Amino acid sequence: MKILVGLGMLVSLFSFISLKENNTFQRKDKLSEYGFFSGNLASLNPAEGILIYNLNTPLFSNYAEKLRFIKLPQGSSAQYNDSVTFEFPIGTVFIKNFYYPFDFRKPEKGRVILETRLLVHEEEGWTAYPYIWNEEQTEAIYDPAGETKSISYIDAAGKKITTPYVIPNKNQCKGCHIRNQVMVPIGPSARQLNRDIKYENKTENQLKHWVESGRLSGVPDVNAIPKLAVWNEQASGTLNNRARAYLDANCGHCHNRLGPASTSGLFLDITEKDPAHLGVNKSPVAAGRGAGEFQFDIVPGQPHKSILVFRMNTNDPAIAMPEIGREQIHKEGLALIEEWIRKNDFN
Amino acid sequence: MRPLFIILFLAVTASSVLAQKDIQKKIQTQFIDAANGSVIEIPEGHFTLDASLWLDGKKDVVIKGAGQDKTVLSFLGQISGAEGIKVTNATNITIQDLTVQNTKGDGVKTQLVEGITFQNVKAEWTNNGKAENGGYGLYPVQCTNVLIDHCSAVGASDAGIYVGQSKNIIVRNSKAYMNVAGIEIENSWYADVYENEAFNNTGGILVFDLPDLIQKEGGYVRVFKNYVHDNNHINFAPKANTVGKVPQGTGLMVLATRHVELFDNRIINNITVGTAVVSYYITENPINDKSYKPYPSDIFIHDNEYERPNVKATSKGRMGKLFKYKLRFGKNVPHILYDGIEDSNNKNRNICIRNNKNESFVNIDAGNKFKNKSRDIKAYDCEQSPITPVVLSSVN
Repeated sequence: MKILVGLGMLVSLFSFISLKENNTFQRKDKLSEYGFFSGNLASLNPAEGILIYNLNTPLFSNYAEKLRFIKLPQGSSAQYNDSVTFEFPIGTVFIKNFYYPFDFRKPEKGRVILETRLLVHEEEGWTAYPYIWNEEQTEAIYDPAGETKSISYIDAAGKKITTPYVIPNKNQCKGCHIRNQVMVPIGPSARQLNRDIKYENKTENQLKHWVESGRLSGVPDVNAIPKLAVWNEQASGTLNNRARAYLDANCGHCHNRLGPASTSGLFLDITEKDPAHLGVNKSPVAAGRGAGEFQFDIVPGQPHKSILVFRMNTNDPAIAMPEIGREQIHKEGLALIEEWIRKNDFN
Repeated sequence: MRPLFIILFLAVTASSVLAQKDIQKKIQTQFIDAANGSVIEIPEGHFTLDASLWLDGKKDVVIKGAGQDKTVLSFLGQISGAEGIKVTNATNITIQDLTVQNTKGDGVKTQLVEGITFQNVKAEWTNNGKAENGGYGLYPVQCTNVLIDHCSAVGASDAGIYVGQSKNIIVRNSKAYMNVAGIEIENSWYADVYENEAFNNTGGILVFDLPDLIQKEGGYVRVFKNYVHDNNHINFAPKANTVGKVPQGTGLMVLATRHVELFDNRIINNITVGTAVVSYYITENPINDKSYKPYPSDIFIHDNEYERPNVKATSKGRMGKLFKYKLRFGKNVPHILYDGIEDSNNKNRNICIRNNKNESFVNIDAGNKFKNKSRDIKAYDCEQSPITPVVLSSVN
């Protein structure tokens, strides 16, 4: 009898180890079933092997805050390049949690988590799996259909805000997460990750940490690594650097030569050097109502005659840019772009 | 008795609000989960949705309502997505038997679809046409093998039925009214537009080639057996839009496209022009696209019936001013107008006008400050081989 029990334990131990090393992703109905977080699910406490990361200039998502994590399969690493997101191995999972503090001035008062988006590198390519959190904050359930919620919070100025918040459906992921007709991550690129962040024990450059923990290979000399400015940190770059960083992060994933908005001829990613393609005195191609009464994307010196500003400064779904991901106007981002159009030398 | 009534009323209202959210989720989930070869049935009823429904990457799928007036999807108050229904990257899709109403942007947009059929579908804005309405009612773009049959489009601020940058197209048995442009074929190859009724639009049927688009040009378009009447609606397009230049009272307009045959149409009561053939220069927009060809040629206008009321052409808008101050026809407005702007690379533009009932013509000599405008039609009395009918192939 004891032998049987012993054998049984050995077999299950062996299976358990095999399962752990198995890279085939199985979608779960409940977020908790993945074991990404330890303890109380809503604490978003990363389990072993789950690494927090953040970006120099993140995408504006309706003033929601985000906690981003990456899980790389055991013993594997991403491959560095200096221009687009790194080459991540099959089995990589990106975990992005969207939440609102009850009071932005006092984060210790708590938060409500709305959604968790997974982006998984499966055999056939990247796939998105959206999860919606319950009101009790005990679980998030897989829901490809998306949803519109109403959310209230106290903003950084102490004002109570109530806004709709649209959780995108699974098809909408591809609306932005696409390059050359293929689904891809957007955030984790060299220029976005190249920053110091606070880990449990110390503050360290993220890329350095990834290299040292075996998560990233092929990194060149630190001086050769591009670095995106932080859009709202004056010390991190000139007005032009910061505005271009903002446009790269909020627009460049679609508005680049290989992205879904390539047909517009308007390219707002960090690599664009031609002022005509950046939008200076450029007429829209097929913006329809989106152009309003204006003729050019950027009129140097005149932000309020520029279509870029017009489309950032509205919530009308037929006009607003970006198309997905915000239900409010980003006042601070808009102010940055207005200042840039007013003052920048575009020649 | 009254408290009970109130409770019941609240319960019913609350449950219908919840039901709308459920319907939105249910349909969108169906759109995402639909297996290739399946039919997505949308039940009979009037539903208010606040987000676009998006079908992507599917093959051989039918989206089917219970009937054009039985399944009504209202997007009034829409906060997510510009369109009502969007279909992308798909093959052999049919949308049938439903109405899409009051979307913020386009009613039904299909992009990069090989084989798309709209059957008995209506796209409408119910406010009698305003600039804030979405641009297009039914909007296949970058598609092939497009069939629009027994459909309607009402109130669009650009074009009701608009086919852009596509190939192999049939638009038939459909109605377009109270739009700026009723039916428009733009930068598209091989289109047959027939047996439609376009009325009470600013311009009834437009065939355009515009610059700065990915599909640079189009052609081989037949517009025939249509009833194009009373297209005298005020132009309510947003100001900067090209279609905003179409003058109130336009029946058919060909702008820059080559190889267009217009025949057997009844073009009645359009006060400004029955059929206009113009180059892109008439818009007075600068041309930055070096590969763009702005001049129409190989146009054959024959066997149409023209009639107009005894009134002056419109004086509204830039074109209206042209009619009022430069052309000055009074009430004797010719049915067919050619802008006469010459292409130095092509002297013979092959524009033929023959055998139309009540035919009258003017070349307005727009390239020469209208100095030598002429109603002499003799130079255009010629014929051309008819354009081959469109055959839609089914995609495997």
